[in-house]
Amino acid sequence: MSAYNFAYLDEQTKRMIRRAILKAIAIPGYQVPFGSREMPLSYGWGTGGVQVTASVIGPDDVLKVIDQGADDTTNAVSIRHFFARTTGVRTTTRTDEATLIQTRHRIPETPLCAGQIMVFQVPIPEPLRWLEPRETETRTMHALEEYGVMHVRLYEDITQHGRVATAYDYPVRVNGRYIMRPSPIPKFDNPKLDRSPALLLFGAGREKRIYAVPPWTPVKSLDFDDHPFTIERWEEACALCGSRESFLDEVIVDDKGGRIFVCSDTDYCGRRREHLA
Amino acid sequence: MSERPLLAVRGLTKRYGERTGCVDVGFDLWPGEVIGVVGESGSGKTTILHCLSGRTAATAGSATFVQRDGTVVDLLRMPEAARRRLARTDWAMVQQNPRDGLRMSVTAGANVGEPLMALGARHYGEIRGRALDWLGQVEIPLDRIDDLPATFSGGMQQRLQIARSLVTRPRMVFMDEPTGGLDVSVQARLLDLLRGLVADLGLAAIVVTHDLAVTRLLAHRLLVMRGGEIVESGLTDQILDDPQHPYSQLLVSSVLPP
Amino acid sequence: MYVAVKGGEQAIEAAHRLLAQERRGDPAVPELSLAQIEEQLALLVDRVMAEGSLHDRELAALAIKQARGDLLEAVFLLRAYRTTLPRFGASEPIDTGSMTIRRRISATFKDLPGGQILGPTFDYTHRLLDFDLAAGADAELAGAGEPTSAPDDGEASMPRVVDLLDREGLIEAEEPDDESDPVPDLTRAPLRFPADRAARLQNLARGDEGFLLSLGYSTQRGYGRNHPFAGEIRLGDVDVELVPEELGFAVTIAAIGVTECHLVNQFRGSATAPAQFTRGYGLAFGEAERKAMVMALVDRALRGRELGETPASPAQDEEFVLYHSDNVEASGFVQHLKLPHYVDFQSELVLVRNLRAGTEPAP
Repeated sequence: MSAYNFAYLDEQTKRMIRRAILKAIAIPGYQVPFGSREMPLSYGWGTGGVQVTASVIGPDDVLKVIDQGADDTTNAVSIRHFFARTTGVRTTTRTDEATLIQTRHRIPETPLCAGQIMVFQVPIPEPLRWLEPRETETRTMHALEEYGVMHVRLYEDITQHGRVATAYDYPVRVNGRYIMRPSPIPKFDNPKLDRSPALLLFGAGREKRIYAVPPWTPVKSLDFDDHPFTIERWEEACALCGSRESFLDEVIVDDKGGRIFVCSDTDYCGRRREHLA
Repeated sequence: MSERPLLAVRGLTKRYGERTGCVDVGFDLWPGEVIGVVGESGSGKTTILHCLSGRTAATAGSATFVQRDGTVVDLLRMPEAARRRLARTDWAMVQQNPRDGLRMSVTAGANVGEPLMALGARHYGEIRGRALDWLGQVEIPLDRIDDLPATFSGGMQQRLQIARSLVTRPRMVFMDEPTGGLDVSVQARLLDLLRGLVADLGLAAIVVTHDLAVTRLLAHRLLVMRGGEIVESGLTDQILDDPQHPYSQLLVSSVLPP
Repeated sequence: MYVAVKGGEQAIEAAHRLLAQERRGDPAVPELSLAQIEEQLALLVDRVMAEGSLHDRELAALAIKQARGDLLEAVFLLRAYRTTLPRFGASEPIDTGSMTIRRRISATFKDLPGGQILGPTFDYTHRLLDFDLAAGADAELAGAGEPTSAPDDGEASMPRVVDLLDREGLIEAEEPDDESDPVPDLTRAPLRFPADRAARLQNLARGDEGFLLSLGYSTQRGYGRNHPFAGEIRLGDVDVELVPEELGFAVTIAAIGVTECHLVNQFRGSATAPAQFTRGYGLAFGEAERKAMVMALVDRALRGRELGETPASPAQDEEFVLYHSDNVEASGFVQHLKLPHYVDFQSELVLVRNLRAGTEPAP
């Protein structure tokens, strides 16, 4: 790997991506097109997140990579190895030690602090895509703030199901202006986006878009006054650490469909168990 | 009653290369007034609507409109963003083919509720209530509120489109052949409905049609178009009963007696 | 007692070792050499170069070997490598008019200056499996008889059919480029819509041949018919020239094989403009006739907008075609479904269970 530049991408490319990131930070929630590069990982497997991380990572950073909340899932391992090999940067599984966290589908339970950067992997950046497949039209709708259709979607859910039927990638309004998809995090994690002390960066490699939520920015999940936004709850507690506050994974343990629930965030769960022991 | 017309059109001209859409069209539209624009296909009547609604750019002319706060804007020179915003709040368009003016993939209730949601309505119960109210006003059975428009008859789709366009209480409506494509009995019911709504809401309207019977029922004044130009204008009854211009006479005389 | 599953790292490493074993296959069978792939699977190499957007036969052969013959994996490998290469600049446009012709045919004229040169083509072979080939008879066939040689001077005797039609004004003129406009580069900047022709052609040149084949085929069957004729297909070698800043004149840096297809399509005219044929264009690395032809069919279909045609079919829908033609992107996103999605699935389970129970959660 010594033939490759620090963090794999050449400096020109990193500069191009950082310019896109700066523009995204200046316009919270707005999708900035960028010249996404072919990476050694497949499109759809985190190339957007990897390019963002590669553009902001420095030799003094401490990197955490999670997928589904766990450090040990196969893709998290693969991406962490990629950065270890191409940067030599220290990696960690501890949320409170990391300066840079790349994630797929979860925000850690441990609250983030000022100075931390969270990089989200995004499959489909466009919240209006469900109604309008054409890019030319969705761009215009964002520019003119024509967002009536987003509430139409919620209205239809309530009409059909009695409640909003979106469980993850739940659309939000950023800084009172742009509507954004927070990536397929469960709606359980949406409240963590609101006025987070951390910098939140979103990378979509295949779709070639970057967007951002600067620290302390209001982020509000879309809802109706008489059908307010709610998050998931479980009756069970984590079978390993007893938490009733965290997002739980359901694990099937026998042929008869018996199941237990465990924290999705392996770092959070592990540390709770340390304290209890 | 206001001192000035709601909409004042002067010198409206649209050319497509060497072809003429309309030439030097001018008229005033007062609040609560319905103007009918009649002529055969190619007369330029639809071109006027397209220019005023911003669907196509006029070649020349002005169309000054008095906004709710009293300020005046020229519709033909407004930036697109401002025009689209005004289109959400101040005027409405009823298309000839209701499928062009509806979202076919969402329910009737959502179709009527969307303009409210676009303007910031955030109470599901209230939105649904107003949608039900409007379905009642356009005589669509209330139990159809959760059905998709594709399951409606043509006449019912048109009434749904009318509900969707009027729910935000615009001050001005453009209608392009609102009864075109519907059979005669359905047309009559629809015209009755429109007449009632226009009167109740005090709407100003421009109704483009080739059907003089429609204008008889709806319009206070008429503009007769031919070859892109206005050849005659005046009170509806006057023109229909005593047309002056030879073309108007031809038009009127060619209508089959009811 | 449930113990959280660990060991993802070791599992991945073991999987990689197994993959390497499977790639080698039975050790008793001789290992494939890159030269064998380059020489005897040349058309596969051509396709990998075309969709990988990189002309290097040896690297393409390596990619094919490493990918165990999976075409899309090989294209992916080549593209990823390409990302890391330094960029010297842009070459001069290649002059296919000066091509050293190995094959040149036209369906629009029975005969034409330079003649119809069949070259190495499958076209008139009978698709009968040749068991002599299985028995290793290829070495003998290679020596049997002298193939007809193509004329060695390409320039004067091989005018392009479209140029001949152009001289009579029968075919729409190709708009000359504004030299000051930079050529778009899809590998550096994202595609914006509406896309101009240069960006569209780039996208199609890298696009999946199978996808474009289906789209092109659909136009012939009525989904956006544009009455194509194969004006000319030519393949052979062209020089690649670069003008280094320090020298100020062009130097030839390589000779590469390309295939070019000009389609002559549905004519159009009006009261003011006389009738003219319209064009479709395709270009690909190596011997890639099918690719050049389908590229030209889809190019023509996508030009519908500027030619005043109403886009009504998939091949005429610019966003649909250009967004879905990239097989590396497509493969990645489709296969990403294999990644864990259990957190989102858990969210949905919670929701569905609640809906079925009719419960409203406390906010």
